[in-house]
Amino acid sequence: MNNHEAAPSTTGPSRPASLTPLVPHPPATSARKTRRFGSWYVAEQYLRAMKGYLDIVIAYSVGNPLIYLFAMGVGLASLVDANSGTASFDGASYLQFVAPALLASAAMMTASGEFTYGVMSGFKWWKTYYGPLATPLTPQQICQGHALAVAIRILGQSIVYLVIVLLFGAATSGWAVLSILTASLAGLAFGLPLMAYSASVRDDKGQFALVERFIVMPLFLFSGTLFPLSTLPWFLQWIGWISPVWHATEIGRVLSYGYAEPLWLSVVHVLYLLALTGGGLLLARRVYARRLEG
Amino acid sequence: MIQNPSRPAVIVADQLTKRYGDFTAVDSISFEVPAGESFGLLGPNGAGKSTTMRMIGGVSQRSGGTLSIMGLDPEQQGPEVRAHLGVVPQEDNLDQELKVRDNLIIYGRYFGLPMSYLRPKADELLEFAQLTEKSTARVDDLSGGMKRRLTIARSLINDPRVLLLDEPTTGLDPQARHILWDRLFRLKERGVTLILTTHYMDEAEQLCDRLIVVDQGRIMAEGSPAALIREYSTREVLELRFGADRNAGAADAVAGIGERIEVLPDRLLIYAHDGEAALDAVTARGLTPLTSLVRRSSLEDVFLRLTGRSLIE
Amino acid sequence: MSLIRDADLVLKPDRRPFAALYSRNIRAVIERGLMATRTSNAAIMISGFVEPVLYLLSMGIGLGALIGTVQGPEGTPISYAAYIAPALLTVSAMNGALYDSTINVFFKMNYGKLYQNMLHTSLGPLDVALGEIFLALLRGFLYATGFTIVMAAMGLITTWWALLMVPASVLIAFGFASIGMGITSYIRTFQQLDWVTFIMLPMFLFSATFYPLDVYPQAIQWLIQVLPLWHGVELLRQLSVGAFGVMTVVHVLYYVLMIGGGMMLTTNRLRALFLK
Repeated sequence: MNNHEAAPSTTGPSRPASLTPLVPHPPATSARKTRRFGSWYVAEQYLRAMKGYLDIVIAYSVGNPLIYLFAMGVGLASLVDANSGTASFDGASYLQFVAPALLASAAMMTASGEFTYGVMSGFKWWKTYYGPLATPLTPQQICQGHALAVAIRILGQSIVYLVIVLLFGAATSGWAVLSILTASLAGLAFGLPLMAYSASVRDDKGQFALVERFIVMPLFLFSGTLFPLSTLPWFLQWIGWISPVWHATEIGRVLSYGYAEPLWLSVVHVLYLLALTGGGLLLARRVYARRLEG
Repeated sequence: MIQNPSRPAVIVADQLTKRYGDFTAVDSISFEVPAGESFGLLGPNGAGKSTTMRMIGGVSQRSGGTLSIMGLDPEQQGPEVRAHLGVVPQEDNLDQELKVRDNLIIYGRYFGLPMSYLRPKADELLEFAQLTEKSTARVDDLSGGMKRRLTIARSLINDPRVLLLDEPTTGLDPQARHILWDRLFRLKERGVTLILTTHYMDEAEQLCDRLIVVDQGRIMAEGSPAALIREYSTREVLELRFGADRNAGAADAVAGIGERIEVLPDRLLIYAHDGEAALDAVTARGLTPLTSLVRRSSLEDVFLRLTGRSLIE
Repeated sequence: MSLIRDADLVLKPDRRPFAALYSRNIRAVIERGLMATRTSNAAIMISGFVEPVLYLLSMGIGLGALIGTVQGPEGTPISYAAYIAPALLTVSAMNGALYDSTINVFFKMNYGKLYQNMLHTSLGPLDVALGEIFLALLRGFLYATGFTIVMAAMGLITTWWALLMVPASVLIAFGFASIGMGITSYIRTFQQLDWVTFIMLPMFLFSATFYPLDVYPQAIQWLIQVLPLWHGVELLRQLSVGAFGVMTVVHVLYYVLMIGGGMMLTTNRLRALFLK
């Protein structure tokens, strides 16, 4: 693990190994530093591991927005705009309408991969959680560290996404930059409760494939992403109301093209996302503690 | 047991070679195994034993040399050859998606065997592996030893004429090992030819009529366990420990005692016909080792002599 | 248990063609697949049918309300749901077949070690490959049947010809499965598999699945028309309304050739895939 820094005074590349043995700082120092920065040490380990597949991470981060924005915002838009005009979207073009939704959905998709198979890998397949457990790190820090690393990945991916959105001319307001944060928040609001669930799974009997099909897919397709939520029959609209993607999409539309919405509703969107994120994290910490210490 | 040269060779390997890129896993080895023999490949991890086994089983393509199993080339006649083989791979590769008994039955179906044969046969093999109570359990729920026993039972589903066992008892407790050895002896009595790899020298000494010692893809020596010990070692070995950093210094002090001295990081080995006499000679020189032990020579000593390295590192 | 005599230890070579690779026992591989489904993953199997249905409901109802009707294969206007339904069925046939022949095969090879245990028996690699492809097609057949029933329930089927979508999607799945297994033989790491999924994504979205090809410049249109998914989408779209033409034959022929080429590639790569 990387939670020891080299002894400060004597290290240098030319120092003969036999002179003075390397001495780590005292255990009390390790314990103190780990209490303060433990989650970051765990996150560092994850981000270093991500370097091994950086090429595909980058390809997805750049390719995904290009492909989706083109297919939906240009291709599909040619049908939508021709048939219903901009009236359906408060004067915005279809491209402007879908861009915030695609941004938030991408954050959710990344979170859904990392917080299912990634968590299972930590507990079972590669047992990456059990190495740090033998150090002064606590289960809660191992949980937070993993979440932190994924949050950093989602944030990076959202920044790239927004740059491409701007290149497509799909946002008219400078406030759009803030939707990087709301989209990433949607990823965590969805991902952290999922992380708590994944940590409670002992055997992978295909539960994650079911999560993908019965939760992730519907949330993408029925969250007012590709069409306004109000187009759906009333008995399906509740999917949008509970969906982090819908909340982040709505606020993203406010930010990027001035979609009209009462202020209190925007506040509700943010509070809802924060509540899911915070609640999910608390729950995940508890499940991790029970499983890693039990 | 004396091998019978008049019996036909079941396996003939001639300059068998396997390369992975620049790395040569098996380096031009040649050997023959006559019918009914119990033949061993002894060597450390990475010596090329498993690769050789996989080539014999026709699941790995050789890079050079020739190989004949019961008169056929396993690369050209894989299905025909394997129909008569039983294989116990080093890592258990049981079917995780099937239950215990179904593992045996479906494996038998791969040989094209009819259900009327497989149902009673599966029950018989479950009995053999002491897994009758577990017949409807999931493979995941078995302990390591149980999985090993199931893998071995599975290899017998087709009544094989030749049994390939790659590290068969790794992961078994001592009692289970002895039960397995007993079963293997019985198969041998029926005329089954056994090919096994191991890095346990006691297992090689117990089970093998004849063995080859392999290291880094090459054959270092060949013969029966007793003959190899006679040729490459003395009757007894005296093991001395003087404490870390002091073994090498003590080696000079005991020079001349016994026939040969090996210095290992943690101990000194003195090879002598009479170990007790060698120990007397050591104490007569005023040396006081922390511990001393006299034992019979084993294949471990043969390996050390041949390669300068320990079998288990 | 009889004693083994010397005569038992001299085998006669099998003179059949493909004797090195094939033991005429595909059936055992299929039996195993069915038993594994029954024991371990029936729920996941069934759930696979849900994905295209969700797309159809979401886009057919939601986007359909915005788009209204579009031009069908014969030039007659059809509802947006009726326009995308055959495309979704094609995509589902492609996804299922490619998933089974790439990720699934790779996993069973390197992690589940299933093929190792099969190949220690008298099965040959060709038995294993054909058995697995058959299972993938059986699954594709069941999904296609289910999806067609959903289409009928939504009132999107107006002609008996539409029933031909079921065998046609099996044909499409066969094309992708045979190529997929060949591709898997070149794959060494899980990350490389991510690239396979990554390449499937643009094909899924760009092959006239959700909107007609004419939004693209001519050169891009040609490129898409070279790729297999477009031919599948067009074929099923024609079958769904019972409108046929010369192109119908071209689309079918495309898949027949793809299956032939894919099977040749896969057979040639069997040793690389299974016998390392």
